[in-house]
Amino acid sequence: MENREIALDVKDLRISYRCLKSFSIKRSLFQLKKSKVEVYEAVRGVSFQVPKGEILGMVGRNGSGKSTMLRAIAGIFSPDSGTIDLHGHSVSLLSIGVGFQKSLTGRENILLSGMLLGFTEEQVREKMDEIIEFAGLGKFIDMPVKTYSSGMHSKLAFSITAVLESDIMLIDEVLSVGDVRFKKKSYKKMQQLISNKDRTVVIVSHNSETLRKLCTSLMWLHDGKVKMLGEPDEVLEAYEEFMN
Amino acid sequence: MKFVNDLKRYWDYTRQSAKAELKSEVASSYLNWLWWILDPLLFMMVYTFIAQVVFSSREQFFPIFVFIGLTMWSFFNKIVIGSVKIVRSNSAIVSKVYVPKYILVVQKMLVNGFKMAISFILVFVLMLIFRVPITWNILYIIPIVLILLVITFGVSNLMLHFGVFVEDLRNVMTVVLKLMFYMSGIFYSITNRVPAPYNEWMMQLNPMAFLLTSARGCMLYNQAPSVKLLLFWGAFGLFVSFVSVKILYKYENSYVKVI
Repeated sequence: MENREIALDVKDLRISYRCLKSFSIKRSLFQLKKSKVEVYEAVRGVSFQVPKGEILGMVGRNGSGKSTMLRAIAGIFSPDSGTIDLHGHSVSLLSIGVGFQKSLTGRENILLSGMLLGFTEEQVREKMDEIIEFAGLGKFIDMPVKTYSSGMHSKLAFSITAVLESDIMLIDEVLSVGDVRFKKKSYKKMQQLISNKDRTVVIVSHNSETLRKLCTSLMWLHDGKVKMLGEPDEVLEAYEEFMN
Repeated sequence: MKFVNDLKRYWDYTRQSAKAELKSEVASSYLNWLWWILDPLLFMMVYTFIAQVVFSSREQFFPIFVFIGLTMWSFFNKIVIGSVKIVRSNSAIVSKVYVPKYILVVQKMLVNGFKMAISFILVFVLMLIFRVPITWNILYIIPIVLILLVITFGVSNLMLHFGVFVEDLRNVMTVVLKLMFYMSGIFYSITNRVPAPYNEWMMQLNPMAFLLTSARGCMLYNQAPSVKLLLFWGAFGLFVSFVSVKILYKYENSYVKVI
């Protein structure tokens, strides 16, 4: 088991939010003295590896850099230093409310989101019915997304990424999506996805129960650093103690 | 080159997304697709009225003259002004998945390019109605439109980039574009109405003035455009596009941190 292929390799990752704040022209004209550049380091030198097929959980307080890290792995942020090596695997970020275009219908959004995730039109069309069925939105699927309730929104988002499978899935707090029935269904789907030996998963969640059940290892992030990395039970115990 | 690969990779997405946007535009308005024809036609009437009745302008084929100007101008104008806030208005996508940011501009160009194509078909219809003599010079419209495309692409990419950081860029650009609108001779002829040295300057400094005048020249008045200026603005457009794509690749991943 030790010599398994590494799917995701993060080395000394650092991400900071510099004061890249937008400015107005007036302010920059009349305020010639440089305002101090505020740097907020969200992730400070994190390194870890995830072998292929593993499920890594991430816990930590709000603002400890979990979501930032996921976004960096998904390629949305550029790291300030350090490297992220996906070894050529496809990656998708599954989070509450995937980017939908509000004026388009659910069906169109499925197609567009799928294509943005790197699938071809045929691949998405092939899976279309499965996604629609899984989302279970009924006639709403042909209505503009702006008419959706927030629950329907997340259901659709979850269904797209869950049915269109990528090698590495990054999951940001979606396990509590929708009503009870959908929750059960998505939980089952998650387990099914996760049980696939080729899929690597990184989950961010605050729900200890799910983490304990699903993860093979768990990472505790605190203020942008890894505080603990190991067996889910051990880490959770320490984490819960710390939080209380 | 990375640019070509990415463009290929995201081309299908861009096309589908443009198609979906056009469709939803149609679905949400009363006269739906008729607006793509009505919009330029009505504006043509407004400007024809102003110019002929109020300023007593006397250009040959004046309605088509205005129509060509409006068609090309509104393509440029809509995309440039739209690009200023384009990252912010697409934040739902941009913050969830990686997409080369100029793809957003290309998508807008497809949407508006489609409308421009409809307008150009109308131009040909109008030319038949007004019995405009058609000559081989009309083929010059192809390089002219191509140059319009690259210049629009380059300028819009720059707007996209600075629009992320500069909050009030939109206000500035609205004024700049308004100025450019009046300086491009949408409803008057720069060559005939502006006194001697200035009209040359306007054509050399303002690509839109040059493109509009050339397009009308080759379509309506059997005049070949200046090849030198054509090459110059073509090179300018390619240069700006090249630089702007480089800038976007360098900075695009930090946009999400700002918005």
